[in-house]
Amino acid sequence: MSPTNERKIVFGYGYRRAADQDTPAPVRRPVVVVGAGPVGLAAAIDLGQRGIPVVLIDDADRIGEGSRGICWSKRTLEICDRLGIGEKLVAQGVTWKLGKVFLGDDLVFSFDLLPEDGHKMPAFINLQQYYLEKALVDRVGQVDAIDLRWKNKLAGVEQHNDHVQLTIETPDGPYKMDVDWLIAADGARSTARDLLGLTFSGVTFEDKFLIADIKMAADLPTERRFWFDPSFHAGQSALMHRQPDNVWRIDLQLGPDADIAEEQKPERVTARLKKMLGEREFSLEWISIYRFNCRRLERFVHGRVVFVGDAAHQVSPFGARGANSGIQDAENLAWKLAAVIKGEAGLSLIDTYERERIQAADENIAHSTRSTDFIAPHTPAERQLRNAVLALAPKAEFARRMINSGRLSVATVHDTPLSTPDESVFAGSARLGAPAPDAPVRGRDGRESHLLENIAGEFTLLYVKDGAAPQAPEGIRLICIGEDLVDTTGAIAQRFDATPGAAYLLRPDQHLCARWRAYDHAKVKAARERALGA
Amino acid sequence: MGKLVTASRFPDPDAAYRALVEARRGSSVEAAAELDTRLVLILANHIGDMDVLAEAIELAKGAG
Ligand SMILES: Cc1cc2nc3c(=O)[nH]c(=O)nc-3n(C[C@H](O)[C@H](O)[C@H](O)COP(=O)(O)OP(=O)(O)OC[C@H]3O[C@@H](n4cnc5c(N)ncnc54)[C@H](O)[C@@H]3O)c2cc1C
Repeated sequence: MSPTNERKIVFGYGYRRAADQDTPAPVRRPVVVVGAGPVGLAAAIDLGQRGIPVVLIDDADRIGEGSRGICWSKRTLEICDRLGIGEKLVAQGVTWKLGKVFLGDDLVFSFDLLPEDGHKMPAFINLQQYYLEKALVDRVGQVDAIDLRWKNKLAGVEQHNDHVQLTIETPDGPYKMDVDWLIAADGARSTARDLLGLTFSGVTFEDKFLIADIKMAADLPTERRFWFDPSFHAGQSALMHRQPDNVWRIDLQLGPDADIAEEQKPERVTARLKKMLGEREFSLEWISIYRFNCRRLERFVHGRVVFVGDAAHQVSPFGARGANSGIQDAENLAWKLAAVIKGEAGLSLIDTYERERIQAADENIAHSTRSTDFIAPHTPAERQLRNAVLALAPKAEFARRMINSGRLSVATVHDTPLSTPDESVFAGSARLGAPAPDAPVRGRDGRESHLLENIAGEFTLLYVKDGAAPQAPEGIRLICIGEDLVDTTGAIAQRFDATPGAAYLLRPDQHLCARWRAYDHAKVKAARERALGA
Repeated sequence: MGKLVTASRFPDPDAAYRALVEARRGSSVEAAAELDTRLVLILANHIGDMDVLAEAIELAKGAG
């Protein structure tokens, strides 16, 4: 990054010597998470909330540098809500759901990301990644089971049959730790990946993009604006998006031949932005130039080392699928690892993490690759096809639907052996293998809330009242819809196709894993066992 | 076999060919290629069937 950058908001943390550094033999720990980015932080909190002791290490001692993620999806917010910071993020962020795409200077189409009411969380908020990380770090401080160690750099990994030995470098010199499980959340340049000698392959896009965060008091609407070939940046694309604190994210495509050093000069950037913003006053917060990659590890689970987030897969930012999918990795792994550590499930449950999240990664990589290919065609021949779509767009709906400026992150519907296949037909938006849809509810105490915030990380059976509620099998919390929670707007009835007596089993990550038209104790019990990998 | 129909479907194939010729009469190679690209998109959408599209791409590639 260029030396002209002076991030105003950096949150600094101190190194503290840990007792583990003074023991004659390495201390044994159940889980170490390496990397306190959004994904490692989320994984640590989720495990910590489940009572699993976690050591979280990061080689830095601060957060808040650079322009990275800004768009957080509904599913991320729902997960963060379960982790205790969802409402804070929404209050701090800018809520948006409208996207507009311009061709030249004319609007060609717009999209609404949340056409449905009755969800606690919006389709998207924008918030600087450092605020998300700050909120997660603050939350870590409230979870006793987590020991967060800054300036602890992973430098060695040695795999053994039933544990991994780590070498960690600190300002006081190196120390070793023996861990049952290592969660590698150390980002796109993962040290853990290098130490295991794993290849990270995929495509690198030739085009360079200027990412500028600027401060500007503008009364522009809160919507995502994307231009193909605007007059202020001819022949290229541009993106503009609001963040809190009067900060705006601007992406300008520069083509494959741009000179990085030259393009990062403030006077050069300012000149480009003036063409876009006219007479509006603005100041530069942070400038970077990126080339984007789409790639992933072939496998995410290597013995007792499990890769999550950017360490496992990387996408281009169009579609906001990076951290959003990484946080879903964290949530997918956390309950499974907790179940394995507590002896409730066998090791094979961890393999389903890999299976489910490789499916998600492939979906995200496919979307992100298609978007990037559309925005930055590889060859003149491909550009000709792209331009034909744009030329037809004002005249034909089908062409508008092909315009791809980023398909924004939605939760993956996992095609998974953990789901029990349906015996009956269900309409509605609830899907096996996907997070349950949210809906407004009223509790027994008359308090209005939403369904998902009542499902706090354990197996839960939603039973639709039809006479007396049954006694659910061990390890399953029963919520009787119509008694414990009232479906105030009919959204549950509609979204789950809920009829009296129907029952819906949700995994600890709120994913629907089985459903029946009538309660059957043995089937519910078997479905839970199946979802635990039995 | 496939779903792509390669048997002739126009009652007057010469007239169909003629319409395509006229669409590009007087065009440069580049302009004709751009026209064709738009035509491909329009017709592909009209067909609206991924299997047929894939077969058509195969046939076109193999004939080049
Ligand atoms: C321009 C841009 C825009 C983006 N926009 C979005 C968006 O809108 N939405 C979205 O979801 N995603 C977005 N992303 C992607 C997002 O930033 C990443 O996906 C996300 O940061 C990945 O999180 P992570 O926790 O996996 O890794 P990181 O955030 O990279 O964190 C890794 C951590 O590991 C630490 N570490 C590394 N090596 C070691 C070591 N050896 N020992 C100890 N610690 C180590 C690092 O210090 C770091 O704190 C964007 C990215 C870019 C570049």
